[in-house]
Amino acid sequence: MDFLNALVALANFVLIPATAYGAQLALGALGVTLIYGILRFSNFAHGDTMAFGTMVVILVTWWLQSLGISLGPLPTALLALPVGIAVTGLLLIGTDKVVYRFYRQQKAKPIIYVIASLGVMFVMNGIVRFIIGVDDQRFADGERFIISARDFREMTGLDEGLAFRTSQGLTIVVAIIAVALLFWFLNRTRTGKSMRAFSDNEDLALLSGINPERVVLITWLIVAALATTAGVLYGLDKSFKPFTYFQLLLPIFASAIVGGLGNPLGAILGGFVIAYSEVAVTYAFRKVVGYLLPESLEPEGLLQLLSTDYKFAVSFGILLIVLLFRPTGIMKGKSV
Amino acid sequence: MSGAVNIRAVALFALVAILFIGTGIVQSWNTSLTILNMGLISAIMALGVNIQWGYAGLFNVGVMGFLALGGLATVLVSMDPVGEAWSAGGLGVILGLTLGAATIIAAILTYQKMPAGRMRGIALLVILVGGFFLFRGVFDAGVEAVESVDPSVSGYLGGLGLPVLVAWPVGGLLAAGAAWIIGKTALGLRSDYLAIATLGIAEIIIAVLKNEDWLARGVKNVIGIPRPVPYEVDLQASESFQNFAASMGSDPVGASTITVKLLYAALFVTVLLVLIWLSQKALNSPWGRMMRAIRDNEVAAEAMGKDVTRRHLQVFILGSAVIGIAGAMMTTLDSQLVPSSYQPLRFTFLIWVMVIVGGSGNNWGAVLGGFLIWWLWVMVEPIGLWLMQGITAGMDEGSALREHLLGSAAHMRLMTMGIILLLVLRFSPKGLIPER
Repeated sequence: MDFLNALVALANFVLIPATAYGAQLALGALGVTLIYGILRFSNFAHGDTMAFGTMVVILVTWWLQSLGISLGPLPTALLALPVGIAVTGLLLIGTDKVVYRFYRQQKAKPIIYVIASLGVMFVMNGIVRFIIGVDDQRFADGERFIISARDFREMTGLDEGLAFRTSQGLTIVVAIIAVALLFWFLNRTRTGKSMRAFSDNEDLALLSGINPERVVLITWLIVAALATTAGVLYGLDKSFKPFTYFQLLLPIFASAIVGGLGNPLGAILGGFVIAYSEVAVTYAFRKVVGYLLPESLEPEGLLQLLSTDYKFAVSFGILLIVLLFRPTGIMKGKSV
Repeated sequence: MSGAVNIRAVALFALVAILFIGTGIVQSWNTSLTILNMGLISAIMALGVNIQWGYAGLFNVGVMGFLALGGLATVLVSMDPVGEAWSAGGLGVILGLTLGAATIIAAILTYQKMPAGRMRGIALLVILVGGFFLFRGVFDAGVEAVESVDPSVSGYLGGLGLPVLVAWPVGGLLAAGAAWIIGKTALGLRSDYLAIATLGIAEIIIAVLKNEDWLARGVKNVIGIPRPVPYEVDLQASESFQNFAASMGSDPVGASTITVKLLYAALFVTVLLVLIWLSQKALNSPWGRMMRAIRDNEVAAEAMGKDVTRRHLQVFILGSAVIGIAGAMMTTLDSQLVPSSYQPLRFTFLIWVMVIVGGSGNNWGAVLGGFLIWWLWVMVEPIGLWLMQGITAGMDEGSALREHLLGSAAHMRLMTMGIILLLVLRFSPKGLIPER
């Protein structure tokens, strides 16, 4: 019984939240890695792209809510998501036309793109703050729990409750669908194949008649979809605050690099590696261990390796280790 | 420097001077001097970033972290030691930190000395895990003891009680140390990796400052850091100053604030001039030529026998040290260390706008960018508000949109800075004062 309790506590506080967070990071890292693979630069505006997409979704959600439209037990934000993706897609394509295309024609160094993406980050950040402000926004509605802690206790008779929030379940389901769609697109469709060809060898792809502008355009659209979805899921799970989204940049980059920049599978793996380590290192294991050990050995301290304020340090530590020992990432990314 | 560029540079600096003088006349000299002092510090920050980016093409987005380390140095150097805290847990904290450092060194030595294989893995694991628990055991007890000493006013170890000016070079050293760790790992890889590593270290430094109360009181802030210049009240009380103020035809209160600001400005100008002189010397020396050669063609430089990664590490540390000095100066000017005030957009990315706009690779350009962009950053807010008032003038008094637009005027500056950066990068990528 105690063993089961320990397992449930672990699932409740570590496994489920980390899986949801990992899925959000994976979606974010996929966006970063795609831009890296096709456009060959690290996009610092990605966090703010997520914030922008989420903001559009929030505004549409509010509008739908004011009309009395809802999805029943599911959050209304799901209905607004396609609108958010479309608007973000337009914004990204617009940015590409105004900013990045010029540097492509110039064949500028990657670092120039990165600096340009800083400028884009400033502008997007300004737009988001200008429209929705800097405060926390909650936009989750519908059923809060799939299983609440009390129901679970009544169902199983265990001391420990297991809460499974709708947002967490939704994150996992949506992420699986998004990733499946993405891989189907990249591996099975003509356009997807041309994207991979372009990413593998630009010159060869150009020789075979692949239109680079079209590849870039489609990349931005996919990135818009991934970023908005990741942002909305994160916002539903936690809350929406522009600055938090900017800070997500670090774990997202860490995920993409740990997995191997430019490698979509790696981005997913990296997202989960970062999320599990972050949650496991900052969780106080006292409760779990308390169930497992006899009472006399019960630990005094919290058994927390690092305080939650240092969660960035975890992604950063993993990033440093990977850079030191395997700079191309776990799954062999594009380049050192 | 060729004649045309020289004239252009002089004209641009004159323009900046006019901006500051104009602010002095239109608003007040006090405001103008406040902006100028921070502008001087910004110029030094920009100089530091320019050493990294302009000389060597290194992309550092952790400026905020190095600035905060400089700020920490002022606390550690200039505040009086808290004797009670030292006797309560000072030993534990120091011993804990030493154990932590020893663990890491032992792990590195094991990794280097032992042959690769399963035994090495096990040994490393034992050292790291054992060392971590040992460290936490000793360190946590010490921290708890220190933080429980009168938490509302101290609860930290305090500093060394030395003059605050000593903190400036110390701030540079702290920042240089952090830069060494980052540079060792991330340099020699793709250029973007350094960017991401520096972004990370900056966030972590701020997290440490916010959470380690024993070090610098965390979010409770350290206030009342000693000043290198006299206090206004003391000036107002002194008879000779009153006479001086009267002879200048001004009241003692106004004159004292201006005098204090001028004294600060004099200190900052001295540091800035010394740093520019050193930077110019370095840039025009064989070392500077080598750095530029490496920047422009790494492969060729490597073929000529230059150790590119090593040079990069060197220049990265130098630039970070300059940023650390600026950070210490900033905290000295504020007389307080407020960890929550370090915002990446303000303290990292704004400095980048300064460097790019001013002219990367040119020290004078970076300095000009520091003054100009800082002035703009301060001024865009009132201008934005004024603009918004113009736009909303025709709307109803109580209209929600009007309220929203007026309330959001403050966010205009981010957008403005982004647009300026993008425009300069596109249409004048060499900046206002280009590298010759």
